[in-house]
Amino acid sequence: MKRFTYIVAVLALTFNLSAQDDLMDILNEGSEETIYAEATFKGARLINGHTSKLRKAKELEFVISHRFGRINSGIDDFFGLDVANIRFSLEYGISDKLTAGIGRNSFEKVYDGFLKYQIFRQSEGVKNMPFTVTGFSSMAIRTLDNANFTEDDFSSKVSYTHQLLIARKMSPTVSLLLSPTYVHRNKVIADQENDIFALGFGGRVKLNNRISLNAEYYYRLTSELTDQFKDAIGIGVEIETGGHVFHLNFTNARSMVERGFITETNGDFFNGDLHFGFNISRVF
Amino acid sequence: MKLKIFFTLLSLVFLAQLGYSQDRFVTRSGHVKFFSSAPLEDIEAHSNKVSSILDLKKNEVVVSMLIKTFEFEKKLMQEHFNENYMESDKYPKSTFSGSFEGNSDLSALKDGTYTVNASGEISIHGVSKQIETPVTLTVSNGKVKADFVFMAKVKEFGIKIPKVVVRNIAEEVEVTAAFEYEPYK
Repeated sequence: MKRFTYIVAVLALTFNLSAQDDLMDILNEGSEETIYAEATFKGARLINGHTSKLRKAKELEFVISHRFGRINSGIDDFFGLDVANIRFSLEYGISDKLTAGIGRNSFEKVYDGFLKYQIFRQSEGVKNMPFTVTGFSSMAIRTLDNANFTEDDFSSKVSYTHQLLIARKMSPTVSLLLSPTYVHRNKVIADQENDIFALGFGGRVKLNNRISLNAEYYYRLTSELTDQFKDAIGIGVEIETGGHVFHLNFTNARSMVERGFITETNGDFFNGDLHFGFNISRVF
Repeated sequence: MKLKIFFTLLSLVFLAQLGYSQDRFVTRSGHVKFFSSAPLEDIEAHSNKVSSILDLKKNEVVVSMLIKTFEFEKKLMQEHFNENYMESDKYPKSTFSGSFEGNSDLSALKDGTYTVNASGEISIHGVSKQIETPVTLTVSNGKVKADFVFMAKVKEFGIKIPKVVVRNIAEEVEVTAAFEYEPYK
């Protein structure tokens, strides 16, 4: 019996030694790392709306966006190319988790400022988090008078947008975005709501390492009495070369500010009221 | 009698432990730098989270590194490195597993500097290749340090450099490693 115990003990020890024979196995066993999802989205915009993408600390991004007139306006407007509106913006990474931006859109002469803050970052490993969640808050000031308002003072020109940008990189080629949105307009024409809730859906599919297909849809949850506006829909191609991101888009929205395209898009996408447009971004 | 067995077991455990701590050395914070020098720019990246085990009894060495732990000064470059070149979602790790010729002074952990030739299989971007490179091992106070440099041809590991950036990224990248090992317990 004693001898038996002895043999078992020695066997157990030798087994213990041989079990740890492969050095690579030992190395992998003790490794404790968190792997973060990289480049869920390449650009800070999907089509019109923001993605969860933030600038890294001290990076400055300059974005120029154009939306031409409606394609179905015919040869008189050269399929919309005669009519263009533009938005410039500067977006700066205060830290890796906080980006601030200012912009101006020639449509309705709107100035806007926004803050984007990273709440969660998708990761695997020691820290497991299925989504990247970014908070977005903006304020926009229209400086062009609205002919529908008899009184159009400063406060009637202001609107606010708050969004949660919930993103997940599903695979190396597919990223999806869900964006619950709240837009508050200080003043609206009769029969319209000041507060609009909407749900944005979007995604990108990479065709190769530098080109992807992007699509976006903003579904308005708040119904208004006069249903003169449509949900904003967009589809486009994104091309990335070094520090540049180019977008070539088709969308039924004219405005490039959240209040404008989420709550006041008047083109019917399926009726051909499409605007060709592009976004060009350069990171310094 | 029971006591005797107990002591025998105890001494066996000690012996096993002793054997371990003298042969195997480990690091999880090894430093690897890669450096590319092209006409338009020099690119450099560092990782301080490289893992390695050195076995001085069997004369074996393994290295494992996560591509995403490489840090660049420009974060956008880091993103491109992971996304467009190394495809680190698909190939998260680079590994090396090899052996080197024995040296009795080295396995006895005599203080000094030893140059050995390590040869084995390196795997980058999902492509495995045989390589051989001289490694400098420095032993002092029971600890071991390893240093080596080798050149990796980007093309040989199936990494494509588009023509647009051919003047920004070198065809051959210099990989420098410095590992400070601790006895493995």
